[in-house]
Amino acid sequence: MSVPVLAVEEIGKSFKGFRAVERASFTVEAGELLALIGPNGAGKTTTFNMINGQLMPDHGRVRLGGEDVTGWPPRALWRAGVARTFQITQTFGSMSVAENLLVAILSREKSAGLLAASNASHASEIQTRLGEVGMGHAANTLCSVLAYGDLKRVELAIALVNDPRLLLMDEPTAGMAARERGALMRLVAERARQRRTAVLFTEHDMDVVFGHADRVVVMNRGRLIAEGSPEEVRASSIVREVYLGGAALSAIGGGGESSA
Amino acid sequence: MIASFLIQTLNGLASASLLFLVALGLTLIFGVTRVVNFAHGSFFMLGAYLAVSFYGYVGGGVLGFWGGAVFAGLAVGVLGALIELTILRRIYRAPELLQLITTFGVVLLLKDVVLFTWGPEDILGPRAPGLTGAVWIFGKPIPQYDLLLLVLGPLVGLLVWLLLTRTDWGTRVRAATEDRDMAAALGINQALMFTGVFALGALLAGLAGALALPREPANHNMDLTIIADVFVVTVVGGLGSLPGAYVAAVIISVVKAWCIGIGDVRVFGTVFSFSKLTLVAEFIVMAIVLIIRPWGLFGTPPAPQRVTAASILPMPVPDLKRLWPLGLVILALLALPLIADRFTVVLATDIIIFALFAASLGLIMGAGGMASFGHAAYFGAGAYAAAVAAKAGAPFLVAVPAGVTFAGALAVLFGWFCVRLTGVSLAMLTLAFAQITWAIAFQWDSVTGGSNGLVGVWPPELLSDKTAYYFATLLLVGGAILLIWRSVHAPLGYLLRASRDSRIRAEAVGVDVRIIQWRAIIVAGAAAGLAGALYVFSKGSLSPDSLSIPRSVDALAMVLIGGVQTLVGPVVGAVVFMTLQDWVVRATPYWHAVLGITLILITIIFPQGIVGTLRQWRQRREAEP
Ligand SMILES: Nc1ncnc2c1ncn2[C@@H]1O[C@H](COP(=O)(O)OP(=O)(O)OP(=O)(O)O)[C@@H](O)[C@H]1O
Ligand SMILES: [Mg+2]
Repeated sequence: MSVPVLAVEEIGKSFKGFRAVERASFTVEAGELLALIGPNGAGKTTTFNMINGQLMPDHGRVRLGGEDVTGWPPRALWRAGVARTFQITQTFGSMSVAENLLVAILSREKSAGLLAASNASHASEIQTRLGEVGMGHAANTLCSVLAYGDLKRVELAIALVNDPRLLLMDEPTAGMAARERGALMRLVAERARQRRTAVLFTEHDMDVVFGHADRVVVMNRGRLIAEGSPEEVRASSIVREVYLGGAALSAIGGGGESSA
Repeated sequence: MIASFLIQTLNGLASASLLFLVALGLTLIFGVTRVVNFAHGSFFMLGAYLAVSFYGYVGGGVLGFWGGAVFAGLAVGVLGALIELTILRRIYRAPELLQLITTFGVVLLLKDVVLFTWGPEDILGPRAPGLTGAVWIFGKPIPQYDLLLLVLGPLVGLLVWLLLTRTDWGTRVRAATEDRDMAAALGINQALMFTGVFALGALLAGLAGALALPREPANHNMDLTIIADVFVVTVVGGLGSLPGAYVAAVIISVVKAWCIGIGDVRVFGTVFSFSKLTLVAEFIVMAIVLIIRPWGLFGTPPAPQRVTAASILPMPVPDLKRLWPLGLVILALLALPLIADRFTVVLATDIIIFALFAASLGLIMGAGGMASFGHAAYFGAGAYAAAVAAKAGAPFLVAVPAGVTFAGALAVLFGWFCVRLTGVSLAMLTLAFAQITWAIAFQWDSVTGGSNGLVGVWPPELLSDKTAYYFATLLLVGGAILLIWRSVHAPLGYLLRASRDSRIRAEAVGVDVRIIQWRAIIVAGAAAGLAGALYVFSKGSLSPDSLSIPRSVDALAMVLIGGVQTLVGPVVGAVVFMTLQDWVVRATPYWHAVLGITLILITIIFPQGIVGTLRQWRQRREAEP
């Protein structure tokens, strides 16, 4: 067996005695899309924050390609090849879409001078990367006026600037129309296959989850309660129970949320 | 030895009580309204003056002294309520920085109210009747009044604590402090409570001012001196923590008292005067706490402030085709000495120097989003270093770079601490740093000339003519300003603005936000140092005023008048401010009040400043068909 790109071992986090995540363990292999699903407040974002260094886990380890990276700050993880998008989008609101990518590129090149201008090769890279996520037309638009779905796309483009080996996406398709969701996930899946990128994502839209994930782990009240292929998870009664209180069973299979 | 230590400790505890009362009021107000009230030191000063006047009317005795203290507290409390109703109420939703500046406007206004009402002289206050003697402990005298103060501080603290924990009103105040949205949802009448808390906080400060009278006369420096100390206490104790306020007040006051108690110590033949090191000691205490616990002894890290898109304006790369006005300005500046008289050329030199001062602050405030209430520290450091070098015989071309280097080095030191804090804590820290720098310049007679400053610092023969110096300034300042403007759209500027817009995103793409902010502070500090060095050679002399808090606020006012989030705003602001000041100072002695009212109005009505408002206006017109 090869070493997984990401290995999460028994991590946990409490907020003032409230256990947001308890002893969660899972791995993500190179080229694999793993979906972390669960109802609101299950602890998904908290798990992401521990993997990406925004939060220090109370216990447990996070390994990247076998190396223990627990407690590394986000910027060190980025240099080690971890990129992330946020559930509540985080972009540079006073800058244009292109400038948002430029910042990530400057950071990648470790360029922080007082005088040097950005050069033309950056401009063409930015254009290519924006084209990939379908935002090429909006290069000069200010991020502060973008629609929510477009912001999510810009965030993805920013995250891809360092060609990460691990990509974390917290609800990447929120705010998008059903067709756009599929397109975005196909883009990510293709990238994962071609470049062997490991992808961990959360998602409330079950069409996206069951249509694109290679594997699914289910979290409820801070604990992992099920893991398996999309088919297995869809069939699992325990998952149906936590998700819908045993009621509208068809919604999981039928993607009730996306039609809204 | 032990006896004198004990005596100094008791002395320090007495000072701590007064400091605590003021800090307690500040903390209460902050807890509920989230506004750091800069004018709290002014309430303290007003309390002292009001008590003196009360004493004058009523005469001596118990009624005169204690009646005066109660009267001063109540009167300042009522004034606080009025200020809350007329001014504070309008800024609760404004960004923190703007709130600080509004309340600083109140500081300036009250400064002139005191000047107008009581005149410029210090006024000796009454001593507490029946408590003028001393108690002998270990064969040393301790003023009875100090012992009373020592008990009074914690006692009032206890009363406030009972008020907060044992009454309905207190319970509601605590609810609002812990969760404002929740309190609003519960239907607590917030408006009334805010006024009440503000009045209570003001009352405590006024009371403390009156109680300070037996120890120091009512004077015009009380407001800024005490607020700087209170800010140190708040930073050390942790913003918003009542026990933190007391513990920090005790630590700071006792350490200071010890320094005074130690006095002169001879080490290897050199005499160290510890009594002059009180401020350095204060600095060291603060530094140690910040290194170990950046949010203060009892503080908790603040939830990251969500920067709303609406509050930050873009700083687009200037369009080259639109640069012709800049060309015109440069031409006009070059031609100025041909048409203007000597007086105007000197004024123009000053304005140019202050334009650089403002532009350097604009870099860290606008692009960096970091408030600084102590930027004059770098200006003054540059000026003093250049002057000291020149006095030691260094030529102009060495003295000026020496000033720049020294200011930059100071920014390396201060900046290291500053990037560990954000928001109002940062603003308070910068102010404390500047106050300490000021005090060092004020006290270090042998090097800085103390309160007299340094005189006879003149440029070389070649630049001794005012017009020649004007051109030299124009060249150096012009180059520095262009460099600052350039840096905003250079990699450093991009990373700096990115860190301001979304720290979390910047860190997630590998940006070391602290390092970037630190670099920007160093660049800005060095640039302000250049302005200071040029200033001292232009004036020929220098006093500690050049790094006082009002000088820092001048820079803030310039940046704000012009528009924080614009490239040229600070420079435009400097021109407007200096011209206005030159004009108003000649028309009335109450320049502070005029400036104060201007600041209050700008922060409430035109928070975007001149350039920002013009740009918004233009964009709105362009958006219309
Ligand atoms: N900083 C915090 N302080 C206190 N509690 C927190 C904090 N962050 C998260 N929580 C709590 O931890 C629990 C898990 O939150 P988390 O954001 O991880 O859930 P989630 O699975 O991402 O939910 P959603 O699907 O709504 O995004 C929630 O009950 C939340 O209220
Ligand atoms: Mg979440």
